[in-house]
Amino acid sequence: MIWQVEFTILIIVIILAVGALSVKDLLGAAILFGAYSFMMCLLWAIMGAVDVAFTEASVGAGVSTVLFVAAVFRTSRRTEN
Amino acid sequence: MRAIGLILVVILGSVLVYGSLEFPPWGDPMSPACCHVSPYYIEKALEDTAVPNLVTAVLADYRGYDTMFETIVIFTAGIACIFLLRNFQKKTPQSRLYRHIPTGITLRIEKMGKFPETSAVFERIDSVWVPHDVIVKTTCRLIVPFIQIFALYVIAHGHHSPGGGFQGGVILGAAMIIFSIAFNLRSGIQRMQERSTVMLSVLGVFIYAATGAVCMILGSNYLDYSALAHILGVDPAMARSHGILIVEIGVGIAVMAVMVTLYYNLASAGRYDEGL
Amino acid sequence: MDVFLDVLISRANYWAYIALMMIGLYGIVAKGNLIKKIIGMNILQTAVILFFISIGAKQKATIPIIEHGDETAHATVSAAHYINPLPHVLMLTAIVVAVATLGVALALVIRIHQQYHTLEEREILKQIRDA
Repeated sequence: MIWQVEFTILIIVIILAVGALSVKDLLGAAILFGAYSFMMCLLWAIMGAVDVAFTEASVGAGVSTVLFVAAVFRTSRRTEN
Repeated sequence: MRAIGLILVVILGSVLVYGSLEFPPWGDPMSPACCHVSPYYIEKALEDTAVPNLVTAVLADYRGYDTMFETIVIFTAGIACIFLLRNFQKKTPQSRLYRHIPTGITLRIEKMGKFPETSAVFERIDSVWVPHDVIVKTTCRLIVPFIQIFALYVIAHGHHSPGGGFQGGVILGAAMIIFSIAFNLRSGIQRMQERSTVMLSVLGVFIYAATGAVCMILGSNYLDYSALAHILGVDPAMARSHGILIVEIGVGIAVMAVMVTLYYNLASAGRYDEGL
Repeated sequence: MDVFLDVLISRANYWAYIALMMIGLYGIVAKGNLIKKIIGMNILQTAVILFFISIGAKQKATIPIIEHGDETAHATVSAAHYINPLPHVLMLTAIVVAVATLGVALALVIRIHQQYHTLEEREILKQIRDA
């Protein structure tokens, strides 16, 4: 497909992945992970995998982020690493 | 640890990059992945199964055994989460928090006191209660029925559009989760109790396995849906389409129940009293 | 130099997927917090799924849902017109397994926090050694 769009989204995905692993606030890491999942869903939709994109949008950007936020809520929120 | 990680990542990355030099060009129709079984699936799936969505046809019919074990994996994850976290002891001295709605005063009643019965002016709140939730509650009340109808549409139209059992099941589970977040976890548990979620997940796996067993009883192989043509009275291609629909419903039910179970256990850390 | 540029342009997207996989693997190995390790595991899983899906792409082909024209006229469906549905099927199962492992991993994290009251790997190991 249009390679400029795919290239831009790949760069954004890599930045989000590095960001989700580096921030010190676990709630921010969970939200960045949700954004990463949604960008992955867009990438798969561009490549023509519509079923996989649908699944990742509902699972990754929906339920998975909520489970992470629930786990962070029940444990601590800061980390030094 | 970081140095080891960095060295490992660099070595593995360079090995993979070296391997990627041998790949076929991107989008090649003659690449090895596109040459053996998949032309058969693309050309014959519509006349064999009467299902235009190739991914659903391959997932639930040609590779139906894999999908059955995937459903069992999801069910096992729900059961494992219950085994890990579920804590049945009640915290013994219970002091409940009540809020008087007309005046906004919060009461904390210790264990020797008398709890107010359910009435319109006293509501029971959690220890992490926030005010100003009218917008969230009203929006949630308006939107949850539409989410559930859309989820049922996704399951039923898996043959003709992207979708299917798994996606619809996750959206149904997300509808229950959004209800439990907007109101509190106790009202969510009142609507769908723990017993219902566990029984529904078992029911979903049972529907899938039972369809295969019925096909075997009727004389054909396990999960060979064309044997259902005898009891449904249609030709074998339509029987396979109906068989795919039945197993997708089974997958959807199981996935919904497991998503709700995971959320209930994680948000309340096994105690099922308070939550997010 | 020309050859290197050719190779770079034709393989750049594969190298980006490999970079994502390595970021996820680094997160699992090097980070000390348990939730960061789980995030790294999920990044690795989705990067592998992305790599697989990119194998199934075909140029000038459309999504794997047979259009109405082919279906009603009973014309032969040509395999070069639709992209390969087989990697999509395998990756659907992979996404399901990923969310199942995420649920169990987060349940383990909550249990560990209830027992040791911390989520840092170094402090947990110290508590285990001192006990």
